Amino acid sequence: MDDRTKLELKKTATKIRMGIITAVSSAGSGHPGGSLSLADILAFLYFREMRIDPKNPKDPDRDRFVLSKGHCTPGLYSTLANRGYFPVEDLTGFRQTSSYLEGHPNMDKVPGVDMSTGSLGQGISAAVGMALAGKTDKKDYRVYAALGDGELEEGQVWEAAMAAAHYKLDNLTAFVDYNGLQIDGKITDVMNPEPIADKFIAFGWNVIEIDAHDFDQIEDAVNKAKETKGKPTMILAHSIKGKGVSYMENQASWHGSAPKKEQTEQALAELKDYLNSL
Amino acid sequence: MSEKIATRVAYGKALAEIGKNENIVVLDADLSGSTKTDSFKKQYPERHFNIGIAEGNMMAVAAGMASCGKTVFASTFAVFAAGRAYDSIRNSIGYPHLNVKIGATHAGITLGEDGASHQMVEDIALMRAIPGMTVISPADAVSTNAMVKLAAEMYGPVYLRLGRLDVPVIYEAGTQFEIGKGNQLKDGKDITIIATGFMVAPALKAAEMLKEDGVSARVIDIHTIKPIDSDIIIKAAKETGAIITCEEHNLFGGLGSAVSEVVVKNHPVPMEMVGIEDTFGESGKPIELVEKYGLTPENIYKKSKALLNRK
Repeated sequence: MDDRTKLELKKTATKIRMGIITAVSSAGSGHPGGSLSLADILAFLYFREMRIDPKNPKDPDRDRFVLSKGHCTPGLYSTLANRGYFPVEDLTGFRQTSSYLEGHPNMDKVPGVDMSTGSLGQGISAAVGMALAGKTDKKDYRVYAALGDGELEEGQVWEAAMAAAHYKLDNLTAFVDYNGLQIDGKITDVMNPEPIADKFIAFGWNVIEIDAHDFDQIEDAVNKAKETKGKPTMILAHSIKGKGVSYMENQASWHGSAPKKEQTEQALAELKDYLNSL
Repeated sequence: MSEKIATRVAYGKALAEIGKNENIVVLDADLSGSTKTDSFKKQYPERHFNIGIAEGNMMAVAAGMASCGKTVFASTFAVFAAGRAYDSIRNSIGYPHLNVKIGATHAGITLGEDGASHQMVEDIALMRAIPGMTVISPADAVSTNAMVKLAAEMYGPVYLRLGRLDVPVIYEAGTQFEIGKGNQLKDGKDITIIATGFMVAPALKAAEMLKEDGVSARVIDIHTIKPIDSDIIIKAAKETGAIITCEEHNLFGGLGSAVSEVVVKNHPVPMEMVGIEDTFGESGKPIELVEKYGLTPENIYKKSKALLNRK
């Protein structure tokens, strides 16, 4: 990736992070930690990779993205808003009755959302269905999905993993936002899903491990996934929960709580400083 | 009513008939021989997907395919569809109102020998509580064939409740049906018997028994439990003054509840209900279970007589 593209993606990801803080702060609730950890992947997919058109969000030939870790809506909504699906200002209505920005992704109300999710483990199944439909219809769109590492505790993830490999869905690329934390603490303490890479390999997936905050590695992994034939790809993206906001980083307590006014100001100031430094 | 065909068999046959529509895909969860989707698979193997023993996954896979424009029929036993996969149906199919038709076979106690673990008597209640879900419970092979085709033509989620047991063919071939419109099978002025699914045939027999006592019983087949045909129910309440409902389902939340909701809001009349009395089933021959749990013309007759005394 050339330096200019990388710089633009860094700026975009920072704006996405600012939108996450704005949305969650306005709502007074929501899930900032896992949204911030996923922001770079979302920036890459929506601003660099996916074949999409914000003016035609239901184009049958578009690439799809399913946020299987549906609670990280602020990340998805901020990405969609920054990409032009709806005004960035609308993020202040997140989770409020006056707004269409439902607490978890809603494909009927929010332009650009490809699947309604929220009950963990179901989004990856739906992504499998999309990829299977693409194969059935001989279409060349690709399907992307993002799972939480805690989400891997849901048995349905493994049912979906089995089906994706069984049907050789090489048009499916999924990410695990591998930040090591879930709402009750470390994933290894709550219910250890390790060894994650070995599990997906055993289930018949192509597995790639990357740094979730390194755009070269994200791009490289996505390209390798596209080149892989006959099996789906799982990108285990080692990330920092709360990435970009100093006091949120690596803190499970920021999985599902909103910053207060002063905390919001600090977070936005930190992100703005970083944006200006780029 | 001499010929007997299970509604699941009619379902499989209807799927094979509509399979020429290339937009239709069929999913199954390792039960295609029992749900009868294998008849579709024989003709259209490239559009039949076995998802394995993973019903929750199957329903959300169905949702994903539907989101890409496919008309999806997803089949398994009712207990694994409405029961095990409830959350996938609610969140991935119902909530986004996707075009998935759930072909749920082996509903009710007439499943027989497999016993209570497999005898789904709560599915109407569960499915009808999901906003926007159409719930269909056909009585025989002719209506099942029609309903499968109508379900495929309409947009949105549909739950099709089907049975394992061979049941009498009630309707003449070619009878016209409409989703959401009940069928009056027999006119009457003293009482109305409203039945669904397996219980329609016993309801007709009960009407004959009542006739011998000089009671004129109207019989209505409510094949669509949601949206329910309020008009035909209100008319029956007004014209006959008493309604008895019959279903192979728990009395909590099923047809009886759905009919009551219409009756109490519009034209209250005395009502009685025949169905599973808030209990799980058990293993046994279907015909024996039907007797034991009171899903018989005799029980409908007996309760109808008691109801007439309350008019």
